[in-house]
Amino acid sequence: MNDYPRDAAAIVGIGHTEFSKDIGRPERTVALEAIKMALDDAGISPKDVDGLVKFSLENTMEVEIVRNMGIPNLAYFDDVAYGGGAGCGAVGHAAMAIATGVAETVVVWRARNRGSGGRPWATRPSNKQYGEMQWFLPFGLSRPVDQIAMLTRRHMIEYGTTAEHLGHVAISVREHATRNPNAMMRKPMTMDDYLNVRMVSEPLRLYDCCLESDGALALVLTTPERAAALKQPAVLVRAASQGIGPDHLVMANYFTPNPLDTPARYAAQELWRLAGMGPEDIDCAQFYDAFSPLIVISLEEYGFCKPGEGGPMAASGALKLGGALPSNTSGSSLSEAYVHGMNLILEGVRQIRGTSTSQVADCSSVLVTSGNGVPTSSLILRKP
Amino acid sequence: MSSQPLRPVPGPDDASAPFWEACARHELVMQTCGQCGTLRFPPRPMCPACNSFEVAWKPAAGRGRIWSWVIAHPPVLPAFADKAPYNVVVVELDEGVRMIGNLLDVPASEINEGMPVEIAWEDVEDGVSLPAWRPAP
Repeated sequence: MNDYPRDAAAIVGIGHTEFSKDIGRPERTVALEAIKMALDDAGISPKDVDGLVKFSLENTMEVEIVRNMGIPNLAYFDDVAYGGGAGCGAVGHAAMAIATGVAETVVVWRARNRGSGGRPWATRPSNKQYGEMQWFLPFGLSRPVDQIAMLTRRHMIEYGTTAEHLGHVAISVREHATRNPNAMMRKPMTMDDYLNVRMVSEPLRLYDCCLESDGALALVLTTPERAAALKQPAVLVRAASQGIGPDHLVMANYFTPNPLDTPARYAAQELWRLAGMGPEDIDCAQFYDAFSPLIVISLEEYGFCKPGEGGPMAASGALKLGGALPSNTSGSSLSEAYVHGMNLILEGVRQIRGTSTSQVADCSSVLVTSGNGVPTSSLILRKP
Repeated sequence: MSSQPLRPVPGPDDASAPFWEACARHELVMQTCGQCGTLRFPPRPMCPACNSFEVAWKPAAGRGRIWSWVIAHPPVLPAFADKAPYNVVVVELDEGVRMIGNLLDVPASEINEGMPVEIAWEDVEDGVSLPAWRPAP
């Protein structure tokens, strides 16, 4: 196997629209807005962009970006599948394109009007369900929350994880959101608030669920050499990994020998190997949190604690600013906005730059993860 | 959307059709490898253990234990609205594979991990029956 090129690309620009329930502009427009903001943040002209990486679920195609931004020649374009599992992988693909010399300046973006648009689980064209959905939709395991609640219950059965453990996750994340003016949910949350909110899919409550948001985010990557001459401090992509694991069924992944080993366990092993680092080297984490239990599971899968200890670790205050592993410092999917986890990556960049509204002191290495219920990815951002 | 929302039903494919056809006859069958005998669920064309395309369908006992469950509260798909809150369970079959289904006629508070269950059938459309579960005596 070839040596992996660590720190071979840098994130030099970030941009995002406001986040809201109904942004009032089409996805194509907000995608362009976010990309322009990221390029302006970097001080790079669209004329210099030669690569684009998008989510496979993105509705705006590369040609639209090229035609609107005035990109003269797109030499590299690529996309990563599986929704919430894609974000860190998309950044990883961009970094690989830069590392190999295929492209020099690559934009990654995600635009999604999920707040005002339809709910994907409720808008199927007929009542016949094909592919993996034939195994769960006929039984009413319809929504992502149902599919993750099933794993959560099993985690509770095997390890004694409790509602209060999940409450500590939601409360910690909300505490960070209270300081972030971009966050959609900024009111502090108490354990009483958490426990008394309505159930959505037992054992999960409303506050275990991410928000339904409209918004777009983008980031710009280039070579570390070029980054050194640009206006923002460079944020290096130390490593990025992807993972699926055996016998995976998307979202209803209950058929493997141990379904509590999600694809993230495999992405984690690869990430630490590629990065030459371990959990002890991480100052701050941004865990994919479409649902609060995914943070508990990720604490275990990325090796910050043993299997079953994620709930108690969250309850210890570890996730809060000043805790053992400050995490999801923007308020993330649970309290800032849900845009398939792209906001987690931008927050990771802010932590390295030192510009987070919940800034971790001396932050030089950040872990960012993508969704556990689907084929996934993860990455480590570093200060040069 | 029609006024009478239809319950989602399986869309059989080349690999799953024999399973759903057996369900329509109220028979629970499992796909095994015709070469090495490995059991696999959900069905697929190739054996992940030996890569054979040979398939043999074997009857399953229709007994298992509750492995996990959820109670879905509104808002749910219109087809399930009159059932909500309703359960969805994962059953670990005696044969070792897991299946998703509904546990019939058991209140949410009485569902437990490890609870023994046996196969029941729900006829949901002409020619479409879904495997469901009842507490085993």
